[in-house]
Amino acid sequence: MTEHGSIIYLEGVTVDYDGFKALNNLNFIVNHRELRVVIGPNGAGKTTLLDVISGKTKPAAGRVIFGKDRDLMGMREYEITQLGIGRKFQAPSIYGNLSVWENLDLSLSRPSKGIFATLRGISTAAEREEIDRTLETIGLQEQVRKRAGSLSHGQKQWLEIGMVILQDPELLLVDEPVAGMTDEETEQTGRLLQSLAEKHAIIVIEHDMEFVRQIARIVTVLHEGTVICEGTVEKVQADDRVREIYLGRQKVAHG
Amino acid sequence: MDESHHRMKRLIGIGVCVAYLGWFVLGSVVAEAQTNVSPSPPLEQALADLSSEVDGTREQAVRLLIEQGDASLLPRMEELRANADRSLRMAIKPVIDTWRHRANLASPDAETRRTAATDLGMNGRVSAISWLETAAANESHRWARYAMEESALLLKLASDDPAVKQQAAAKLGEMRSQNAVPALQALVQAGGGESATAEQKALAQRATAAIERIESWNVWSSTIETLFRGISLSSILLIMSLGLAIVFGLMGVINMAHGELMMIGAYATFVMQECFKLYAPESWFDSYYLAALPAAFLASALFGLILEATVIRFLYGRPLETMLATWGVSLILIQGARMYFGDLTAITAPSWLNGGAQVLVGVFLPFNRLFIIGLSILSVMGIYALLFRSRIGLRVRAVTQNRSMSACLGILTRKVDAYTFAFGSGLAGIAGWALTLVGNVEPGLGQNYIVDSFMVVVTGGVGKLAGTIIASLGIGGLNKLMEPSFGAVYGKVLILVLVILFLQRRPSGLFAVKGRHAEG
Amino acid sequence: MFWLVGFVLLFVLPILNVLPAEDSWLHVSDFALNRFGKFLAFAILALGLDLIWGYAGILSLGQGVFFGIGAYCMGMHLMLTIGSQSVYGSALPDFMVWNQVTELPFFWKPFYSFSAAVLAGLLVPACFALIFGFLAFRSRIKGVYFAIITQALALMAWLVFNRNETNLGGTNGLTDFKTLLGFRLSDPGTQLALYVVTVLCLGGAYAMCRWIIASRAGRVLIAIRDSEQRVLFSGYSPATYKLFVFVVSAMLAGLAGILYVPQVGIITPAQMGVLPSLEMVVWVAVGGRATLVGAIVGAVGVNLGRSVLTNSFPELWPFFLGGLFVVVVLLFPDGVMGMARQVRGKFAERAARLPKSQAVEGEQT
Ligand SMILES: Nc1ncnc2c1ncn2[C@@H]1O[C@H](COP(=O)(O)OP(=O)(O)O)[C@@H](O)[C@H]1O
Ligand SMILES: [Mg+2]
Repeated sequence: MTEHGSIIYLEGVTVDYDGFKALNNLNFIVNHRELRVVIGPNGAGKTTLLDVISGKTKPAAGRVIFGKDRDLMGMREYEITQLGIGRKFQAPSIYGNLSVWENLDLSLSRPSKGIFATLRGISTAAEREEIDRTLETIGLQEQVRKRAGSLSHGQKQWLEIGMVILQDPELLLVDEPVAGMTDEETEQTGRLLQSLAEKHAIIVIEHDMEFVRQIARIVTVLHEGTVICEGTVEKVQADDRVREIYLGRQKVAHG
Repeated sequence: MDESHHRMKRLIGIGVCVAYLGWFVLGSVVAEAQTNVSPSPPLEQALADLSSEVDGTREQAVRLLIEQGDASLLPRMEELRANADRSLRMAIKPVIDTWRHRANLASPDAETRRTAATDLGMNGRVSAISWLETAAANESHRWARYAMEESALLLKLASDDPAVKQQAAAKLGEMRSQNAVPALQALVQAGGGESATAEQKALAQRATAAIERIESWNVWSSTIETLFRGISLSSILLIMSLGLAIVFGLMGVINMAHGELMMIGAYATFVMQECFKLYAPESWFDSYYLAALPAAFLASALFGLILEATVIRFLYGRPLETMLATWGVSLILIQGARMYFGDLTAITAPSWLNGGAQVLVGVFLPFNRLFIIGLSILSVMGIYALLFRSRIGLRVRAVTQNRSMSACLGILTRKVDAYTFAFGSGLAGIAGWALTLVGNVEPGLGQNYIVDSFMVVVTGGVGKLAGTIIASLGIGGLNKLMEPSFGAVYGKVLILVLVILFLQRRPSGLFAVKGRHAEG
Repeated sequence: MFWLVGFVLLFVLPILNVLPAEDSWLHVSDFALNRFGKFLAFAILALGLDLIWGYAGILSLGQGVFFGIGAYCMGMHLMLTIGSQSVYGSALPDFMVWNQVTELPFFWKPFYSFSAAVLAGLLVPACFALIFGFLAFRSRIKGVYFAIITQALALMAWLVFNRNETNLGGTNGLTDFKTLLGFRLSDPGTQLALYVVTVLCLGGAYAMCRWIIASRAGRVLIAIRDSEQRVLFSGYSPATYKLFVFVVSAMLAGLAGILYVPQVGIITPAQMGVLPSLEMVVWVAVGGRATLVGAIVGAVGVNLGRSVLTNSFPELWPFFLGGLFVVVVLLFPDGVMGMARQVRGKFAERAARLPKSQAVEGEQT
């Protein structure tokens, strides 16, 4: 039963690693233009959730529907990407031996990314402009010609975000984007994600509650592969079970 | 006796050197004097008749001598043969052989008894039946007794009594006697002709039934032998792959010089053999092989240590570069061995590994292969114990799983790397040590199996010993299974195809460590 | 630079071969020119290997197989053109007479035609690479796994070509060629022509590789080397790109084989086994990975060294080759070109070549 307003719809998804269920009969819906934050303790299955949506992991059971009625099960990663799902990894994943420009140029959404198209393809003026605009957004104009491998950690994170933006996805999957960033960078990232949410649906995984409060409208709490609680930050923070498994644990850790 | 005393006195008079020489002469003379008892008159007559030129006399004499004479007459016979012409020598030979075999039936060595029995059965003298049966009654060694009974029955096949013949044929079938097949076939043929008597026909029927039994057993025994050869090849591959799998699985290093570390182990064995030849008493020779085990392990481990410290250490995390650099090292080692040792070097296996064990009729398992199988099982158990039951193993596994965390916990990761690699290399040395039993020691030794053992590692997957074991069993077994029908070369090609198809289903091998850590 | 080197190879050397007197110091002997032609054929193969290993980071240890197939295709044609001039005077190749084969095997028949032989020399390696690569890349066999599987391929090919019943001449291979397209192979003129053709093919191969790596597809190849996962999540199918570059490299290897055989006059399984395939990797490593010029320099340089060394100290060559493997990997991962770059300091040739200024500073392709 697909909910028609949703951009991504997971039903009864189970991921099984030799008997260990990283996702356990998970149901999860995100609507168009929604910015959803997923939180949960380490090992809750957050990254695995993104793996399933992006096609990296094939679930043992369940359904994954993109948009109206696109079944993602059994599709390859690059096919899913071309459908309009972009992913930013937890650890920066960029092309270290290419320049910043080339990194962005390769990611830019194009009608065909097959071998013969890319052998002939030349960037059009419009495409250049778009890359320039993104460069501005992620603040790497100065570094266009630098080897991406020589960027700082924060810059690499931003570059990867820029690459995902250029794919012009309908759904963005962002895994712990502010890990290792300074406070200022974190805030900038938050603003960037919020502005992106005007046009795209975004799923953000985050640990940093400060950051979550900054950006979140609706928060989903994951624990042991299932959704424990869903709602506004206030509602989630008030939930007893969440306190117990997540916030409670943090308090113990801090105290 | 008197005569010899005289001679002795004379000989003592001559110098020490000559005395020494003479001692041998004397010994033989004494022996002759002792055994040279005079035979009974009819035998004496027969011995004389041997030289007769009259037709039939010689044949009769031969028959008589075979039936009634014994090994005590051998010196006389040898003397006769020494002066005989060709035709006489030919005539005497069966006599001598029969006597020898008959005497050997009582030899203390079971293998000698067995060969003697088989030969008696083949040469077809009816008189031997009773000897064989008597011997069989007292025989304790299973396969010697088998040979005696078999031979006696074979001789009975040539008997005149049809009942005896039929019984013998049936009994031979029961025994699954390989040696009886030609004789039985002859019987079948004799019974198949137009002119065959009813008796012959009945016998032919029995013979046919017996042949069928024997042949259906052959299918079994050859299957068992093929299986054994497969397991034997598997265990060679396993021993080779173990070191490779440890180094690859635990450290992510593909060591293309692994085969050459094996070669070093083999040459260490060879050097140990030569040392024993030169410096140790002859009776110790057999123990060189045991002494060579630690030598092979240490030599290869030392080379491994050097290799790790000078090359591999700088290439951790770059497996393709490691492959190329270690291949370079292997070229250097091969050429070095070729220039120093020459092309071919022979190893004499210790005598306790010669021969084999017969387990069933027609199934013979050579000791050297059994030894390698046993060694591979021991190696697996040893490695398992070391990795999973010891503190060192715990450290090794810790470093494998999380290098930086291990370093934080005070584990000297550099040292663990070096020792792990040295240990894997030492295992290669042991493999080389074992390989000297089944092949030549040559500079290219490591190259022969190396691609196969890489396939084992790839198919088995990284990081799980069980994968390596199953993969080597599979690849070794398939190799031998397909050899008869496809030939060795196409069998190998087929295995490559199978491995590629297998990797379609499981790209990172049988027992890949799943997850993000294994990627990239 | 490209045009200058091309000019020297294409015009200066042949002219120095033809015009000056035999004893002049300017004279390039027939033998030297022929040798050089062989090295340039190897350079074509090295270009392909550089594409797949240098750029895409996929180590293929089976290039010798593709080279061998190309060479055998040409060799079979040359065998058939011998006709009844052979030792046994039969229309069949000598080794078949020797092996008591009475009828030409069916797969030999197309090779009467020169163009069929050339086509086969290119397409058979390509098809082979296509099937093999499809299976390997589809199931994401990569890194050392791919290297080992291709090495096994080299071993198998070597085993199969060594067999007599495959009717490819067994261990002795194909040799004693007489004519090519009616020209006698022993004529210096024919060899000169072959040399010129080789140079032209090398030029063409270089231009094609240049074009590939300068295109966006070339950058995808480098991207695959850097992070295959990101490529996948940028919407490209890495397997397709890998397959493409594998097939191209196989065809270049086949072309090298086609050009090699008439110049060297013999092809045996020994040229396509495990060791030759690995040696090819060293050419590229020595020249410098991921630089096309480096692949050419490496192929010519290492083979030059080889022919000098094997002449004077044959038993030292394995030491030298082995040492080269170790030293290049450990100390000069960027090869000769890397060293040259260091000597000349940073320069942005690649930046100048690409439109606008998007390329990496101080990096050269
Ligand atoms: N490929 C894998 N193989 C086995 N277990 C895995 C794999 N990937 C993740 N897991 C396990 O699944 C659980 C969820 O992992 P993950 O989704 O990464 O958690 P997180 O919420 O911290 O991102 C963890 O316990 C992890 O150990
Ligand atoms: Mg995570």
